[in-house]
Amino acid sequence: MEVLTVNDLWVKYYTISGIVSAVSGVSFKLRKSEMLAIVGESGSGKSTLGLALLNMVPKPGRIERGEVILDGVNILKSSPREIVKIRGSRISMVFQDPFTTLDPLRKIVDQFEEFLIEHGVDKTRARSIIKEYLEAVGLPERVMYSYPHQLSGGQKQRVSIAMAIALNPQVVVADEPTTALDVIVQKQIMDLVDSIKEKYKSSIVLITHDLALALERADTVMVMYGGNIMEYAGKTELYGNMKHPYTRGLFEALPRILQKTLPKSLPGNPPDLRYPPPGCIFHPRCEFAMEKCKSEKPPLIEVSKDHIVACHLYG
Amino acid sequence: MSTIVELLDVVMDFETSSLGRKQKVRAVDRVSLRINKGEIYGLVGESGSGKSTLGRVSLRLYKPVKGKVIFENKDITYLPERVIRPLRREMQLIPQDPYGAINPAQTIGEALIEPLQVHFNTSKEEAFNRACRALEEVGLIPPEDFMDRRPMELSGGQLQRAVIARAMILRPKYIVADEPTSNLDASIRTSIIKLLLDFREKYDQSILFITHDIALLSLIANRIGVMYLAQLVEEGSVEQVIKEPLHPYTKALLSAIPLISSQIGLEKVYLKGEIGDPANPPRGCRLHPRCPLVLEECKSREPPLIEVGNGRSVKCWLYYK
Amino acid sequence: MMRAQSIFTILKNKYIATGLIIVLVFVFMAILADIISPYSPVDPAGPPLQPPSRDYFMGTDNLGRDVFSRIVYGSRIMLMIVAIAVAMSGAIGTMLGLISGYLSGLLDRVLSFIMDSIYAFPSLILAISLSVALGASPINAAIAIAVVYVPTYFRMVRGQVLSIKNETYIEMAKALGLPSIRIVLKHILPHVTRTLMVVFSMNSADAILTEAALSFMGLTVQPPTPDWGFDLYKGRGFILLGYWWIMLFPGLSITLLAVGFALISEGVSTLITARKR
Repeated sequence: MEVLTVNDLWVKYYTISGIVSAVSGVSFKLRKSEMLAIVGESGSGKSTLGLALLNMVPKPGRIERGEVILDGVNILKSSPREIVKIRGSRISMVFQDPFTTLDPLRKIVDQFEEFLIEHGVDKTRARSIIKEYLEAVGLPERVMYSYPHQLSGGQKQRVSIAMAIALNPQVVVADEPTTALDVIVQKQIMDLVDSIKEKYKSSIVLITHDLALALERADTVMVMYGGNIMEYAGKTELYGNMKHPYTRGLFEALPRILQKTLPKSLPGNPPDLRYPPPGCIFHPRCEFAMEKCKSEKPPLIEVSKDHIVACHLYG
Repeated sequence: MSTIVELLDVVMDFETSSLGRKQKVRAVDRVSLRINKGEIYGLVGESGSGKSTLGRVSLRLYKPVKGKVIFENKDITYLPERVIRPLRREMQLIPQDPYGAINPAQTIGEALIEPLQVHFNTSKEEAFNRACRALEEVGLIPPEDFMDRRPMELSGGQLQRAVIARAMILRPKYIVADEPTSNLDASIRTSIIKLLLDFREKYDQSILFITHDIALLSLIANRIGVMYLAQLVEEGSVEQVIKEPLHPYTKALLSAIPLISSQIGLEKVYLKGEIGDPANPPRGCRLHPRCPLVLEECKSREPPLIEVGNGRSVKCWLYYK
Repeated sequence: MMRAQSIFTILKNKYIATGLIIVLVFVFMAILADIISPYSPVDPAGPPLQPPSRDYFMGTDNLGRDVFSRIVYGSRIMLMIVAIAVAMSGAIGTMLGLISGYLSGLLDRVLSFIMDSIYAFPSLILAISLSVALGASPINAAIAIAVVYVPTYFRMVRGQVLSIKNETYIEMAKALGLPSIRIVLKHILPHVTRTLMVVFSMNSADAILTEAALSFMGLTVQPPTPDWGFDLYKGRGFILLGYWWIMLFPGLSITLLAVGFALISEGVSTLITARKR
């Protein structure tokens, strides 16, 4: 029942100042109608991972190793022509900044139509599909005839979502879709994403820095740091049984309303991915770091059913 | 308690030209508030609420169109810039984006030394030492390492510390912190907030803390003001506003925060639609098109700011006797 | 560190290298005129109307003067007038642009109006009119050219100031209580200099052509002082009679020098767009 399988994915950026190991050996499986939240801060590799799922890693990045198997086909090995057809129709992406998706110089209806036609939709059907999906995301029909700048942030994001689901893809990758929106609109958009999951049975990969959002909305949560998976579990299991010090650190950094003490902070800075620290990539900032952590990279260990952690505390 | 900053009926307009048409946008609409000495006043609202503009008016970085800005009992509303300039050392701004806050062509050292030379005519040597002390104070150690670096070479957290160091080097009494941690990773936000709180204690400062994150304010603020579309819609002590929010917008804000809303046993309120256009706000109560508790009154008449006792006020017909 | 790296990159750019070589050739020509020039530019050096030969590298004009010597000394006048004009308009235009852009308000509106009006005028006609009004002389010609180009600098600098003004660090400088003069000179001007370089070089190319035009009309120097434009004018009458060299070499020099500056401007502009990315 797996819709998407990722095996041992490695992505590096070959920059002038060094080789950045953005994603180091990530594997996971995604089932139908499942929402996986990939949680990480800046430099965690989560956005690169998202792009890799659509084989869209920009230069100077390169997917060094690994497979992204969508419906039985490794799309990393697909030809350029095939991948263009797959993107948008079998797996699609919603970006944090809707300007990446929407051309500011063209009306919504024109862009949407072109997108559909390029994927083989009949011109006569395109209009009705556009109307159907704009309604599905809660937008009035007149939005079709507007330009992006005439729409609010929330509306633009809804249009991006409509385009991302119009061809009924199996997987939708949403990279920080609500970060640029205010908290009330964020709730509306996330409610919309939930309803899409229900109605169209799409699987969602939600990329976010907000652990609270992940714990509230997702089915499974994967915590990333410095390009590596730190912990991966179902939402309830993770919430009640957080194992990795980094996950705990992120959780404790969330403000608890009216508590008189400040949330805890993690010391140090995210790693320089050109020269990552040896052993466990998190060890320089970890209060539980042991000798072993400084030299040996911890493997992913299953601590309970469907709950894996990369930490020597549990090895 | 004495007041350090008082804003009376402040109105702030901006002219924007979108698509060739000139529009007047009222970013702040008749807001009054008072910040007491030594307190942290939390100003919360979404983007477009006018909270950042209000913060800058309180620093006289903008001259309000109407109303008064009073700093330490002095009316500074219409003072010419050259009279205000020396006063500026007592009131400082911590902006949201650390990467824009320091001239990218300057080194950290130059950025810290400059205000000292301008205000106190400090010698180069003395200024250098003071700058190093300031960097130590914010945890950028060893300071000599950071003095020669440029803003781009520092991480977000480090750079924000440098920005804070520069603001504090003048020993101001009043700080406006405008979303100081919103652009930073969650794991380091607290350390920056702690830094600001430490400074407040050490130098007896008052802070206007502007943010969209009401949960954060619940931990550090003494009083909270809630802004919506250029107006102040609720004000009170932090306990009052968070435990018993009155205004539907405040309730909606609290209801929308992931995970938190279940922690406080709140009667949830959900808004539909989005914040209106500040150039063309809705008639009557500005929240009325989105409010689930809307009354007929709300659609045509703007509610007054009603005092409900104990330093609490709310701008909503639901509380009109 | 950033500067040293830049100088090398600057010189590696093909446009800049070529343009610089061309310009420097003329500059050296101007400086070393006394040494390079085989004859006096104002006294007859031989028989009139001689075609280019080994004795008279570019031939002689109708008064028997060596054309090459006139070209060499002419570069002095040309470069001097252009240098003064560009320096004046650059300094004044930049200063006014900084003030106007930073202060805004009524001053800005009035200045912009004046500058736009000057800019709207066809530059050549304006330069000629001013030159005539002031009286023909090298300095007056430089002034006339300067006036024509002040709006170019003004508009560019003002535009940049308007966009830089919105940067957070400028707001922070104000909040820190830094005086306006300091903000403008230390925090705004350095960011304008890059684009100023492009405008300077492009402007110089333009100014060369304008000086040539003024000189053509006799508005720069008094004969017999050599000036390329005027020699071009003189050469007109003779070209139909078959004496092509009198007109060709001044014309070529004008064009070459202008192209030199234009190449530099093109090169600088490409470097800047590359850096921005």
